[in-house]
Formats: sequence, C-alpha cells, structure tokens
Amino acid sequence: MSVDTILSFEEAMEKYDPVLGFEVHVELNTKTKMFSSAPNVFGDEPNSNVNEVCLGLPGVLPVVNKKAVESSILIGLALNCKIAEHCTFARKQYFYPDTPKNFQTSQYEDPICYDGWIDIELEDGTVFRVEIERAHMEEDAGKLTHMGGSTGRIQGADFSLVDYNRSGVPLVEIVTKPIENVGSRAPELAKAYVAAIREIVKNLGVSDAKMERGNVRCDANVSLRPYGQEKFGTRTETKNVNSLRAVENAVKFEIQRHAAVLDSGVLITQETRHWHEDTKSTTSGRPKSDADDYRYFPEPDLVPIVTTAEWVEELRATLPEPPAERRKRLQADWGYSDLEFRDVVNAGLMDEIEETVTAGATAAAARKWWMGEIARRAKLADVDPAALGVSPAVVVEIEKLIASGAINDKLARKVLDGVLEGEGTPTEVVAKRGLAVVSDDGALQTAIDEALAAQPDVADKIRGGKIQAVGAIVGGVMKVTRGQADAGRVRELILKTLGVEG
Amino acid sequence: MAAINRDDVAHLAQLAHIEMSDDELDRMATELAVIVDSIKSVSEAAGADVPATSHPIPLTNVMREDVVGHVLTVDEALSGAPDAASGRFKVPAILEES
Amino acid sequence: MTASELIRSSAAEMAAKLASGEITSVELVQAHLNRIAEIDGGERGIHAFLHVNGEEALAVAADVDARRAAGEELHELAGVPIAIKDLIVTKGQPTTAASKILEGWMSPYDATVIKKIRAARMPMLGKTNLDEFAMGSSTEHSAYGLTRNPWDLDRIPGGSGGGSAAAVASFEAPLALGTDTGGSIRQPGSVTGTVGVKPTYGAVSRYGAIAMASSLDQIGPVSRTVLDSALLQEVIGGYDPQDSTSLTDASTGLADAARLGNVKGMKIGVIKELHGEGFQAGVENRFNESLELLREAGAEIVEVSCPNFGYALGAYYLIMPSEASSNLAKFDGVRFGLRTLPTEGPLTIERVMGATRAAGFGDEVKRRIILGTYALSAGYYDAYYGSAQRVRTLVQRDFEAAFAQVDVLISPTTPTTAFKLGEKLDDPLSMYLQDVATIPANLAGIPGLTLPGGLADEDGLPVGIQLLAPAREDARVYRVGAVLESLLEAKWGGPMLNQAPELASTAVAAEEAN
Ligand SMILES: [Mg+2]
Ligand SMILES: [Zn+2]
Repeated sequence: MSVDTILSFEEAMEKYDPVLGFEVHVELNTKTKMFSSAPNVFGDEPNSNVNEVCLGLPGVLPVVNKKAVESSILIGLALNCKIAEHCTFARKQYFYPDTPKNFQTSQYEDPICYDGWIDIELEDGTVFRVEIERAHMEEDAGKLTHMGGSTGRIQGADFSLVDYNRSGVPLVEIVTKPIENVGSRAPELAKAYVAAIREIVKNLGVSDAKMERGNVRCDANVSLRPYGQEKFGTRTETKNVNSLRAVENAVKFEIQRHAAVLDSGVLITQETRHWHEDTKSTTSGRPKSDADDYRYFPEPDLVPIVTTAEWVEELRATLPEPPAERRKRLQADWGYSDLEFRDVVNAGLMDEIEETVTAGATAAAARKWWMGEIARRAKLADVDPAALGVSPAVVVEIEKLIASGAINDKLARKVLDGVLEGEGTPTEVVAKRGLAVVSDDGALQTAIDEALAAQPDVADKIRGGKIQAVGAIVGGVMKVTRGQADAGRVRELILKTLGVEG
Repeated sequence: MAAINRDDVAHLAQLAHIEMSDDELDRMATELAVIVDSIKSVSEAAGADVPATSHPIPLTNVMREDVVGHVLTVDEALSGAPDAASGRFKVPAILEES
Repeated sequence: MTASELIRSSAAEMAAKLASGEITSVELVQAHLNRIAEIDGGERGIHAFLHVNGEEALAVAADVDARRAAGEELHELAGVPIAIKDLIVTKGQPTTAASKILEGWMSPYDATVIKKIRAARMPMLGKTNLDEFAMGSSTEHSAYGLTRNPWDLDRIPGGSGGGSAAAVASFEAPLALGTDTGGSIRQPGSVTGTVGVKPTYGAVSRYGAIAMASSLDQIGPVSRTVLDSALLQEVIGGYDPQDSTSLTDASTGLADAARLGNVKGMKIGVIKELHGEGFQAGVENRFNESLELLREAGAEIVEVSCPNFGYALGAYYLIMPSEASSNLAKFDGVRFGLRTLPTEGPLTIERVMGATRAAGFGDEVKRRIILGTYALSAGYYDAYYGSAQRVRTLVQRDFEAAFAQVDVLISPTTPTTAFKLGEKLDDPLSMYLQDVATIPANLAGIPGLTLPGGLADEDGLPVGIQLLAPAREDARVYRVGAVLESLLEAKWGGPMLNQAPELASTAVAAEEAN
C-alpha cells in the first residue's frame, strides 16, 4: 500500500478552500426491524435474530415498521426539516453478500424529510449553520467477518462469514447540503456536526447512539477548491469513520492529501476512501462494479407513506427540548461558570447532575460529588463516571446524611465506597459499617476524660490559655472513636471540661 | 432509443452478475434487439402529463406495529446455505488476491 | 361410484360426498394418487407434477376422516385434495420454481395461502410444473422437463402454470393453485379447457409466492368448474398483514355469486381490440357463440373500445422484466440454493455469484433479467420503465371508461388454441403474443376469469372465454362465468372435458424407464 504524500494542514488552508458534506447513518432502536418483525437486538449469537424476511428467502415480502417511520419524522423535525406529505420506498440495487436481496430497500426521489438545518456550536462559541438536504429511511446490511489472511481485513482474506442479525435494522440516513466557508475549522466542524447528530438522536430516544457499536456512522465528503472559485472541486467520500475523533482526523487528513495531490498538478479521483484508525490515514476503496448504476426503481412491494399534518403535529408535540437550548437553560439554573459547565458537559455528567438536582440536592453539591469523588473513582476503575454505578438518589441521600450531622465529609467518602461495594443504600452502609458520627455526649465525655488524663501537660497548657493545643486532645479523641465523632463538638466539650472559653 | 448491442449486453450481464460466453452474448444481443424494437412504441404512447402507476391498486400507509414476531432458529436460518461455519453463512473471499 | 367417476367429479361434488359420508378423504386422495401414478410419469406422461406428496396428503386425509367421524365441524373443502404450483413455498416439500438454482431447496416457512390450505385441511397432492420462475407461456421453460396437454400430448399445456392446468384437466387433481403475472393462470386454463381465475390484485396474499413481477403477480384458483374456483378463492383469499399490498376490503360472497344463476339485465362489453384480427377463426367462432348465449340469457352485449391496449404488451414486457431482474437478484448462491464455482480464475464471491447464476438460470430467465436490467439502467429508465408506468395509467383509464358503461368485459382468453411443443421456443416474441388478451388485467390489477368456451373447428382444441370485472368486483366474473358455463354445458350435454381423449396409462412405460 503506497503512502500518500500530504501537505501540512496550515499550508493546505493557505491555498485551498474546503467544502464538506456528510452522510450520517443512524440505527434506530426500535424493537423490530425496518421491514420485518424479527428483533432488532445488538450482540446476540450470529443469525439468531432473523426470520425469512431478513434473510431474503424466496417468496418473502416487507412490511414497514410504523415506529421507525415515526422515529424518522422525529429526527426530521429535530433537524428543522420539512416532512414529505407523500413519500415512497425504492430499491437500490447492487450485489454484495451482506445484502440479502442484493438490493437495499431505501428511499430515492422523495425522502420522508428534506430541507432542514442545524446550528452547530464550536468550542469557542462560534455558531455554524449546516443545511440538511434530506433524511431518508432505509435498512442496514448484515455483518461480514473476513477470515484467514492477516488482520481480519477484507484484503487477503481467504473467506468471509456472514451474520444477518443486523440485516434489516432500521436506518435513517441524514445527508447535508455542501458545507462552504468553513475554512480551517473544517475538521472541528466535522466532529461537532457528528457529535450534534448523535446528541439529537440520543435526546430523542430514537437511537442508542453508540458510535462504537455503529449506531451512528459517518461518511465524510471532502473537496478543495482555490479560494475565490465558485465551482466545487472533485470530492472523495471517506467511509467507516466511526468515532468523533476519527471524523475530525479523517477530514483533516483528506484536506491535507487533496492539497498535496492538487499541488502536484494531478486531478483528484472521485472515489470512496477507507479510514484506518491505526495509521490515521485513508486508502482508496475498491471501485464497486455496479456503484455507478444502482438502477433505483419504486419498491413495488411497499405502498407510499402519507403524512397528515395531524400526525406530524402529534409527533412534534412529543419532541424533547433541543440539546443546545437545554444546555443554556441548565447552566443558568445551576449558576455554573462557563468553565465549570463545560467540564460537566465534557465529562458527560449533565444528565446525572440534572437528575441529582431534581432529586433534591443543591447544584453545588451535585457538581461536587459527580465531578469530585465519583469522577475520581471512575477514573481509577477506567469507566465513565455515569457508568460507575452511583445513582443520583445515592448522592442525594449522602448529602442528607451530612446535613443532618449523621456523618461528616470523611465518613461520606467511606459511605460511597460501601455503596460501590454493593453493601446497600447509604443509610444501610452507615449502619452496617457503624459509620455514624458519635453524638452521644456521655460517650464522648468518657473519651475526653481519658484523653486529658493521658496528656496532663497538654491539659495544663490549655488551661493556661494556649487554646491551639486543644487539637492534640481532639486528635486523641478522634482516634479513640475511630473518626466517628463530630470534631467541632469534641472541641467544644474539651474546652467546657477544662473551664476555658473557646 | 438506441438499439441494444453486444457490448451493452456484456455490461448488463456484468450488472446482473450472470457470466456469459461470447456465443451467449451474441445470441442474447440479437434476441434482445428484436424484443426492444417491438416495445419501443411504449416510450411514445403516453405524454409526460400522464402520471406513472407503480401499484395497480392505490393504497397508502400500510404499516406494522413495532412488536416482535417469529424468529427462525439458527439451524433453520442456515438450513438452505450452500456453505456455513460457526453459525454463519460462509462465502468465498470478497476481493481478489492482489 | 368407480374411482374413475370419482376423480371426474367437481370439487364441490367431492366435498358433498365427503360430508355425507359416501366417500372418505383417504379414498379420494388415493384415487388421485393412483391417477397421477398412472398417467403422469414416463416419456409420454402428462408430467404435471415435479413432486408428489403422497404420504403427507394421505395423513391429512386420514386426519380429516377421523375428525369427521368424531363429528367435528370442518371446512367445506376439508379432505378435498389440491395441487400446488411449485412457485409457492411449502414446508415439508421441495420448492424449485422449476429452476436448477433452487434444486433441493426446502423452505423453512409456509406461504400464507399454504397456511390457509392447511387450516382448511385440504390434502396437498404435490407441487406442479411451470416455466422456470413462471417465465413463459408453454411450460417448456421448466428446468425439469415439459408438461403435456391432455387434449393432445404433442401440444403445450400453456404457461407458466401448465402443470396446475394439466393436472386439473387430466383429473390428477380437482383443484390447484396457480399464479398469474401476465396470464399464467388464464392462458393455461384456456388451452387445457379448464377454469382459472386471477383475482383482484391484493385479494390473495402473495406472501410465499416466489416473486416474478411484484406489481403484477397474483395467486389464484385453478379448477374444472367456476363454482370450484370460487370456493377455492374463498379459502385462500383475505387480508394478510404480511403482504403490504393485501386488500382489507376484497370481494366476498364468491361462491354465492357463482350459484346465483342469472345475468338478466347485466351489461357485458366486448373489447373491440381483443378479438378479430390476429385471433384464430375457431377461437373467434366459439367466442361469438358465447356472446349469443349470454344475449339469449338476458344480458345486453355492447362493444367498447380500449384504445391503449395496443401498448399494453410492450409496457408489460418492460415492467415485468424490470421487477423480475430485481426480484431474482437474491438467487446468488450465498444463503440458499445452488452454488457453482467458476471453472477457472480467482475464486471471489462476485465470480461465484456470476457462475451460480449462469449455471442456475435458464435462457428465458436470463433474457428477462438482462432486458429488465437494461430497462432500469442509468439513462434508459425514463424511456423504458417510466414510460411503461405511464402506459399502465392509460390502460387503467381505458378500463375505467369501459366499466363506466358495462358491468363486465368479455374477450377470448388467448388468440389461438394450444400450439405444438417446440413451435415457439426459438421465437420469444410470438410466445409473448400469447398473453395479449390477459396482460391488461394484470397491469390494471383487475380480476379475470377464463372458462372453457368449446372446441375450435379447425383443430378440435379448447378455446377459452375471458371475463373481466372492476377491481374488488371478483364476484361479477364468478356470477357471469357460472351462467355461461351452465349454458354451454347444456348445449354440449355435459362438461367440455368429457370430450377430451382418454389418456393411456404410462405407468408401465414409466416403470420400464426406471
Ligand atoms: Mg452513502
Ligand atoms: Zn444509506
């Protein structure tokens, strides 16, 4: 495989104006598939979630999943699209062993959603509007595993194995219009755009939106043109870019590669490129023999979908608050600084903090716990803080225990450990581990008397007015009570015992 | 409307994934030319103002509720497979050795 | 009653004898299995069956007899045997579509119509021959050998459903299922002197019928009497949530319509474009005779014109292969059926697909796949597929205008009687012309029935009369068809099939050949 020459990004940007375009495929999280009633489940035993329709056996017919249509409309509405009053399905024809019928049932001339837009906020607050060309319904293909050869790659494989569990999973393909005037922020915009789509479909509840599982997959189109030229350059489409970081890197790489090719006076070949995470570069995809002629025609086995205003408005009424607006509202409600709020968002803890606040904690306490002790333990366990196993209710309960004086901050950390060890609710952990603050004055007094007797010279110093010395006695008491006493109360009682004003 | 020739048939056979011998291509080109010639009047029959009919009986919004139905067992799914391994359909390499 | 008399009864008569206890279903099924064994095999056998399902059929029959003996309420046709066109998938019996590409394939699921047949407890005698993937009008395109016409063993039984028609015409089965995309039920019915109906598109579920052209295909009944077809359509018809084009409001009361017995005051339209020029003289004579009988029975016969029918055949030969090229893409040697490896060069899946499809499909199938691929390919879509769909609209408008004037339309079913085996095999175009009168109904989705109209003077072979009604008005073709049938039978002194030659037993010959 030859290594492509690339230009530095800065140099590429000086000479060329990039134009981007994205096709993002979103897998819907419906219970069943797009055109069959087989279950839509990830990760089961191969070919165990199929029926004759997903396998494309002779004689089968498709039937449209209503939930998938409604999810598609919701995505369209969230992307400010128009919803087609009348739309049809079409067959996109190409032979490939992961495509059971050797055509994909998709939409062609009349997608269900079209003409939308989405505002993308970049890190520094710049807002960039991306226009949406269309969002259409289609079905996913099965999964090929390449065997033999070296790396499980398609190149050099001896044979392939096909699992059709994913065959027929509902997809919505979101296609942007060409994105112009983005300049050197192109890689950043690419990442932010895909992140925004992922956030929207997750927020809508229509997709699990896990990029690592392929729930959201991006094909990135890149072309360059000299500044001032209106006509677009020749584009390449990079497939298989399945993480936010990869989207950013792939766009950046392709800009650098295009620039080097154009600089050498060669024309860009319009082609599919494959992204390789290991080398952080793209390679030319094999041109599919039938890619130039999909022979689309109306799917005769499916009838048109007609959307009434009533149906669309019913769905619109169920739309959740858009993520960007929600973020603005929450930051204002919680009184976090820009920096604090960005840290919360980047840690992926906005939902958890919102729930914690809703459950009764103060915004400050919620942030303290989630961004502090919980995040620290998550880092040690190498998991997302949200996935550590602490629920907002636990945080609220611990906070209540502190406020009532039943535990102190130090004990609270032990309570959290107990909860994570599976010892029960915070209250149960306090009881089981005997972590409650010793608040029985009688018990404390005995401990104080013993501590004073053990260190008579310190007692004298205190009596003589050297009040700072009280710390040594407090320490002794805390040691005896294994930290379960309220240090302030201990101090108070020592001074009272010694007849000194605190 | 262009007449169909041997090269067209070769291209179409490739699109349709049917291997054809030279003889077969020649024969098919001759037969198809006759058929295509006999049906060419169709393109002049209806003006652009006539809408297309894709379905003989117009229906809309035939949809299914999102409820799981029957599933084949893995054995049933693979029962007709020409080749299978590890619970999956086995196919020869996708790409040529390069 | 002798076994020979028994198998010559209509399905309705068989059902009545079963209900009264005069015969058992096991006797009835066995009589048909014997008949199949006697005349279906051998060099000069009818060869209507690709697979005989004797064991299961007898088991179902025995079960019906036991239930009846126990006083259980059964479906009217319970215990009456039926043959299934081998384009319809069945559990427990192979389904081949008469193609090498499906040789030995066993479906893991039943077609919806098969589920209904099983629910009615009708024993399935086996799977009948057809043109490969239902592509043809003579059953000569079967990969498993031709079927002969019981009226003349050197003639075609029609196609694609020649096996079902020949089985019913030769008393191997009282009923059969067919599929009709451009006439594949009606044209075989016409040339074998049997009854066949293409229901309104969507009246019978297509789920489990191996698709040729999805927007044209329809499963329908094949029988010897109009009433029998009505009874069978009532078994297999009705809404199916697994077929998105299935109707929720299909025609009901079909058997009642067939029993109504009058056409007084009905207006029957003769389609000007579907008789006369290009139609055999004997066909034309029998057709005119039927018109006269209907007129005498009180119907008003008027002539109507369907000016766009001239384009129907061309539009059909664009739409059908286009959809077929797509529907047949799944036969690639990956998930089911034949896999053929290329004899030389690198072994890639793409080349395996190419070799499999080359070896698995016959010439006519390849012809239609290539034609369809052409019609859909970039740059040609508008001129071909797009235009054909607009013609489809014109054909529908012609029917609408005609049905604004009349209740049903009438024409000969086919332009000629059965032609000789091999006669049109090298001339696809003249083969296609066989369907000129049947195709418009498929393009428009309307119901069409064929019934025997007598024998042509010049060759003594069956002529079929076709009746057409508006969509969802299947009852009308049964009503008029049954009346015409009774008028004709009164004239002939019995069913037309009584005039068919006795078939010599081929059982010995078949035995020797083995
Ligand atoms: Mg794409
Ligand atoms: Zn797509």
